[in-house]
Amino acid sequence: MAKLFAVTIIVIAIASAIPIIMHTWSAPEDISIHGPIIDDQMSETMAEAGIAFLAAQFVLAIFIWMFAKPNPGGKIKKFPGGATGLVIGAFLIVGIEVLALGVFGAKVWADVYLSPPGANAMPVQVQAGQFAFYFRYPGPDGKFAAIHPNLIDESTENFFGIDTTNDPDAKDDIVTAEFAIPVNKEIHLLMHSKDLGHSFYVRELRVHQDFVPGLDVSLHFTATKIGKYEIVCTQLCGLGHYNMKAYLEVMSQDDFDKWLKQQAAAQ
Amino acid sequence: MHDMSAPAVHHHAPPTSFIRKHVFSLDHKVIGKQYYDMALVAAIIGMILSWIMRIHLAWTNAAIPGLQLLSKTGAPGGVLTPEYYLQLMTMHGTIMVFFVLTTAPFAAFGNFFLPIQVGAEDMPFPHFNMMSFWVTFTGFIVLLASFFVSDGPTLGGWTQYAPLNAVGAIAGPGQGMGVILWMASIALFCVGQLLGSLNFIPTTLDLRTKGMSLMRLPLTTWAWFITSCMGLTAFAVLMPACILAILDHVAGTSFFVPSNLVISDQLQQHSGGSTLLWQHLFWFFGHPEVYIAIIPGIGIVSHILITNMRRPLLSHRVIIYSMGALAVLSYMVYGHHMFVSGMNPYSALAFSFPTLIITIPATIIVLIQIFSLYGSKLRINSASLFALGFISMFVSGGVSGFFLAQPSIDIMLHATYFVVGHFHMVMAVAAMFGIFAGTYFWAPKMFGRMMNETLGKIHFWLSFVGAYCIFMPFHYLGIVGNVRRYSVFVDDYLQPLLPVHKFITVAALLTGAAQAIFLYNLIHTRFWGKPASDNPWEGTSLEWSTTTPPPFDNWGGKLPVVYHDPYQYGVESSVGDYVMQASPEQVKTENDEQ
Amino acid sequence: MKRQDNSKLAAVSVCLLLCLVVAGLSLSLTNWEVSAAPEGKITGTVKLDGTAPHMKGIDMSKDPWCVKQHANDPAHLELVVVGKDNGLGNVVLYISEGLSGDALNAKPTAVPVFDQKNCLYTPHVLAMDVGQEFKVETSDQTAHNIHPEPNPLTGNIPWNQSQPPGAPPVTKSWKAVEMIHVKCNIHPWMSGYFAVVKGPYAITGEDGSYTIENVPPGSYTVTAWQETYGNQTAKVTVAGGQSAKADFTFKAK
Repeated sequence: MAKLFAVTIIVIAIASAIPIIMHTWSAPEDISIHGPIIDDQMSETMAEAGIAFLAAQFVLAIFIWMFAKPNPGGKIKKFPGGATGLVIGAFLIVGIEVLALGVFGAKVWADVYLSPPGANAMPVQVQAGQFAFYFRYPGPDGKFAAIHPNLIDESTENFFGIDTTNDPDAKDDIVTAEFAIPVNKEIHLLMHSKDLGHSFYVRELRVHQDFVPGLDVSLHFTATKIGKYEIVCTQLCGLGHYNMKAYLEVMSQDDFDKWLKQQAAAQ
Repeated sequence: MHDMSAPAVHHHAPPTSFIRKHVFSLDHKVIGKQYYDMALVAAIIGMILSWIMRIHLAWTNAAIPGLQLLSKTGAPGGVLTPEYYLQLMTMHGTIMVFFVLTTAPFAAFGNFFLPIQVGAEDMPFPHFNMMSFWVTFTGFIVLLASFFVSDGPTLGGWTQYAPLNAVGAIAGPGQGMGVILWMASIALFCVGQLLGSLNFIPTTLDLRTKGMSLMRLPLTTWAWFITSCMGLTAFAVLMPACILAILDHVAGTSFFVPSNLVISDQLQQHSGGSTLLWQHLFWFFGHPEVYIAIIPGIGIVSHILITNMRRPLLSHRVIIYSMGALAVLSYMVYGHHMFVSGMNPYSALAFSFPTLIITIPATIIVLIQIFSLYGSKLRINSASLFALGFISMFVSGGVSGFFLAQPSIDIMLHATYFVVGHFHMVMAVAAMFGIFAGTYFWAPKMFGRMMNETLGKIHFWLSFVGAYCIFMPFHYLGIVGNVRRYSVFVDDYLQPLLPVHKFITVAALLTGAAQAIFLYNLIHTRFWGKPASDNPWEGTSLEWSTTTPPPFDNWGGKLPVVYHDPYQYGVESSVGDYVMQASPEQVKTENDEQ
Repeated sequence: MKRQDNSKLAAVSVCLLLCLVVAGLSLSLTNWEVSAAPEGKITGTVKLDGTAPHMKGIDMSKDPWCVKQHANDPAHLELVVVGKDNGLGNVVLYISEGLSGDALNAKPTAVPVFDQKNCLYTPHVLAMDVGQEFKVETSDQTAHNIHPEPNPLTGNIPWNQSQPPGAPPVTKSWKAVEMIHVKCNIHPWMSGYFAVVKGPYAITGEDGSYTIENVPPGSYTVTAWQETYGNQTAKVTVAGGQSAKADFTFKAK
């Protein structure tokens, strides 16, 4: 029984590792400038965690194989070095490992989150609500009109609650259901929730950020590859949570200009 | 030796009426069994809920016969609606985390064995202890009651994030009465566990029998003691948070709701609250809660392994210190649940390092457990198999913590099935294995009868392989970016993952069905099992010194006296390769640390 | 002979008695119908004065299935629906004053249907009587949620329920008179109304014409309700079996 158990553990450990090593299921190809360092950090962690996982399961299995005895006799032995060796080993190996991961991971995080957006970053506002995203481009004046929550009315398509009759800034605001951006242009995404907690997750962009009701947060990123990508909500927001999504269209600058003009006309 | 007997600290006459004996009992052993039975019922309900969820995820339009009886609107014709999926999911999580993983290893086993293991007659406050169970039980009933209110239970998940938890029915089905009942239930649960902790701590500190120094306490006792210290601080934070959320519903306050929210086109009247406040309060409880669920498991598994390895762990103290370090650090890491929540990105770094550091005490515990196997005389039985399975699961779930501890990687993995796989393995399955191990190990003492070993081993094999088949693929799904808490996979990129979900569902159904073996074994044992001797496993700690089952005052009027460290195995004594804590026999040993 | 005469008399009197009983019974049972004159109706047209406001298009790109349904037929808002000759569609007409007794309280047995089709509501406005059962169906291969938002102070209870593709219809009714806005949160542009009234009602077609049937003779106030322009009223007198006329004109804003 013990030997079978040991073999089972080893088989499970190897079977678990195979899809990872073979990349049977993997994250989609990155399309952002900041993505590669996240991916590197991910594969480094995967290597270290994978080794720790396999080593621990193997040692466990081997010891079970070796020391399970139906009719035990003789004296028990201590593992050479005892607890002291293990504690020192844990502190050294795991300590160095987590310190390395922590320091390099912190650098990655700082690169993504703690650097300010460039001066030329294009501002776009995204508003989350049950269960859709809407996007707002400031138009030629470069200014977003103020949001008046009491004016929000989805049945008249005033998703942001802007005052088009009295507010001059509101005249040229462009509101869309689709998130189109020019390729290789830094985007400064201003995130606003009109009702509950939501999240903005684009796997290909390596971007993931919650919306905080009552607190506007912002993100910045640059997409490097033209294409259409899914934006999904990852923060449980109600019965339509699974259906809360939008599409990100990364376009060439020309296509984007055309698209924006078209959208402006449709306002 | 007689004069060394400690005087009885607490004496109450055994009750005679059925109600005082079995229902409103003051006896910690009866209360422990009550907790165990409640956890068993809760686990069955929670597992059935997970089956329904898994079937729905793999075969969205499948009708589950009879489900419409539970809710006509939630499951018309037996087909789950998206909201009812979320409602069942919330109930699954809440029932499992609170009423199974917290109550079974901590409140159930702890109640039964902690006073015995320290050599006490009972807890110091038996009435509090009785209240602890009945308040918790009331909480459970209140939670189940939410199935039967008009909109059903809340759909907000077991974390009940604000402001979804505070704005009322406008936000979705179950967000009115359902949330209020959830909050009331959890507040009651917290009160129950606070009362429990208030008993555990003085029992450990003040009611130890003569000779039982702190370092002579078995690892289980240490685990329960550390857990109750955590319970005291963690539940004390969650309870007021729940009450504040109820006030937001019924008293027009705005603790968790900011100004100017427009839900479904309706401007809300709340103003000035903070949604992140809930997250901070919840996770300040929530992360220690994870350790509240797992530390008793670590204690139980160590205790069982030691008995079955016939040797103490390489170090008794290091395990105790490591469990203590886990407990202390668990309060400093809670922010890793909130890396992308919108809190200050600098605090993500502050929470990341303690999270990575907490792997050190966890690694030390696992290494000591594994390397103590070296040179041991391991006995394979249902209890030791589940204990070894615990280590394997704890390692597998633990290494994925490396990923989630790093905010930069969390960008990709947050709120995906990777997280679900991680916490199910490291906390849910591992803790369940701890509960199973404890059951097979202690059933003789609790019920006076031996569990069937063959059925136990079959149960282990199916559970062990099954749990890996269910939860390993969760990690792969998460790496692709499969978002959790989706009732249907409508996104294009999720379509290719459906076969994986189907595999998981089949594995979950089979593994779940295998639990029927355990249920049968347990029920059969309690009524018709082979009567157990006082010390069937040749254990050393005090629970094996008393009779099976223990008398009302645990010791038949005479408290035991402790002469040894808890785990004197691998020695030569008159009874075999061990000497019991309460045995005055002097043996030559190199293991006595004191 | 005498015996014969007697028997004849008895037969006749029994017949007479039977007739009397039947007549009495039927009179007492159908009392009001016999006493009341035949019902009339109210007809008319609702028109818009001025140019129809521009109805914005709908960007359904969040749900590719919806986009596909409107590939050749772009969707637009239906806040104001104007047909030929400036006829105003989706206007609900009902008798707001003057009804009493059974005419007010009778519940129609028909079950109106509110369909979710191509990610829009068909009809956009569903009129119904208080307590009348209605059905919400879906023809779509994408999930919707039906979220009517009545004012809870009226006694109507809000609800919110998903209807995934293939889900059975939802049957409901309302307790009180109210124009209830209904929306789908999954498709935020989907907006419609449940117009709950008491007594006979009608709703205009795209040409603006309507007919309220089954109106007993009497003097009434007829109210026309349009979701953007609000209410207008007119006084009409309905004679037995006759058709009374009430036209309305809303001014474009």
